[in-house]
Amino acid sequence: MSDARTPTAEAMSSSALSPPIARLEAKFSKRLAADGHDFILDVTFAAAAGFTILFGASGAGKTTLLDCVAGLTRPDFGRISVGDRELFDSSQKTDVAVASRRVGYVFQSLAIFPHMSVQENVAYGLAHLSQAERSARVAAILEAFRIVPLARRNAREISGGESQRTALARTLVTDPEVLLLDEPLAALDAVTKGRIIDDLREWNGVHQIPILYVTHSREEVFALGERVIVLDCGRIAAQGTPHEVMMAPLQETVAQLVGFENVFDATVEAVRPERGTMSCRITGDGGLLVLETPLVRGGVGATLRVGIRAGDILLATSPPIGLSARNVFPGRIQSLEQRDVIVSARVKCRVEMEVHLTLAARDSLQLAPGMEVWLVIKTHSCHLMQKMI
Amino acid sequence: MTIDWQTLWLTLELAFAVSAILLLLGLPIAYWIAFSRWRWKFLVEALVAMPIVLPPTVLGFYLLVALGPHSPLGRWWIALTGHTLAFTFTGLVIGSILYSLPFAVQPFAASFSGVDRKLIAASATLGASPLRTFLRVIAPLSVPGLVTGTVLSFAHTMGEFGVVLMVGGNIPGVTRTVSIDIFDRVQASDYAGANQTSLILLLMCFALLALVYGLNRKAGVIYPVK
Repeated sequence: MSDARTPTAEAMSSSALSPPIARLEAKFSKRLAADGHDFILDVTFAAAAGFTILFGASGAGKTTLLDCVAGLTRPDFGRISVGDRELFDSSQKTDVAVASRRVGYVFQSLAIFPHMSVQENVAYGLAHLSQAERSARVAAILEAFRIVPLARRNAREISGGESQRTALARTLVTDPEVLLLDEPLAALDAVTKGRIIDDLREWNGVHQIPILYVTHSREEVFALGERVIVLDCGRIAAQGTPHEVMMAPLQETVAQLVGFENVFDATVEAVRPERGTMSCRITGDGGLLVLETPLVRGGVGATLRVGIRAGDILLATSPPIGLSARNVFPGRIQSLEQRDVIVSARVKCRVEMEVHLTLAARDSLQLAPGMEVWLVIKTHSCHLMQKMI
Repeated sequence: MTIDWQTLWLTLELAFAVSAILLLLGLPIAYWIAFSRWRWKFLVEALVAMPIVLPPTVLGFYLLVALGPHSPLGRWWIALTGHTLAFTFTGLVIGSILYSLPFAVQPFAASFSGVDRKLIAASATLGASPLRTFLRVIAPLSVPGLVTGTVLSFAHTMGEFGVVLMVGGNIPGVTRTVSIDIFDRVQASDYAGANQTSLILLLMCFALLALVYGLNRKAGVIYPVK
């Protein structure tokens, strides 16, 4: 146990009165050779108090990044610090032990100790405190995370949401200086998730520590993020506010990450600055399609990429009339596939597009493979990007 | 009754001593095997497993040499106590510890490895030292493996023959164990006595193994170790 955790009454009260707002700063690289793919995590970032979202596909290196900050994995070189406390510095040979880092970490699997009660789990990190102090801290955090009635229950007997609350409480009760959350709420329904997030926000309103929150859900990025870091193949592909990063992707890798199911090569055919639109030609196996898109820089003949989200495309069973949308294309349903509560339809209209529908839409339109349909795409649902070479 | 109670008692004493020492000695070895990332670890694992396949006479022979007056260990022991280690109860305990080592270490190591690594990592991020993590997380979740290893080393020691014969000889009350007694009786055509003694050993071994498997079945319900 390190001296940093020694509980003096003075340290406790001073931290309670004026919470230290320490930034997490990291610049490191780590080479991983796993399962046949050689992969280098190489990142530079800083996280201030509040939520910083780490967003990226699975395999992008999000968990490895968290493991490096927590000390569970050692970077090859670089440095990691919280405020003026060095956690890792390859040039100084500094490598603070996991147990002394004061970095809270809630794993995706939660890692609740199965042989202990909820209360024993929560008290686990407080062994250095006196019995009275420990009981008081445990009681307060159980209250804050609404799990007082579960205190004596065996950890094996509690529900998913209760386990998440227990895992958060167990980590936060130790007063970490940084909190790492690796998709801890992934398995929860939206309502439960929202309530836990609210409690977490409330807790952090007082403690003001940097929280690195890993997710691959777009909704969570917008719901939580003050700041988002997009990780792709071990590198930071973009960072900024959710709006900056998620709504106006500039690089194709980012575009794919933020969920454009449909991405096409396009050539600018006509530019109409007076209307703020352009016509772009996209070519598929079955011929070409002319899309009306928003105006971006680039003259006639320029090659770009167009991204269209599957959820932004409307589907009609008869030719639609009287629409504001400028792009209406006839096509034929190739396949329908149910994924959870979404139906993914592949529609061939010279190019093949993926369209997401609700179960109710599929049933009321009585959609089936082979049916003739019309696709409706708004001009502003066509996102243009630079083509990466 | 022709059962030699002195021999049976001595055998039990030996088995208790060996399994108790192996419980203590086996924990750090098993911990190291389960968690070390040393790349030559497999050599140590092979070494520990050797008594399983080695003819007991081979192990016994080298032990006899090592414990005898011509080895550094033997000389040191003689200087300390005035007599040789070979053909003594202590020598028998040392030999049996080596012979039963894999039966304790392998179940220990397997159950340590079976503990979810995330639980161990969580313990560390919560500020626990490796020792505290072992005592509070790894060991409690490995109870079935600890019981299995201890009982197996006990049962294995009860039934050993070759090593005992080589290292201990056949001194009544000192190194004469049940299996040697049975061998002696058969040599002397005392089949009735051999049968009775064998039956006792057979039943005890069955009872011990039934205990292990019974505990592990129950434990499967209590500790769903991933």
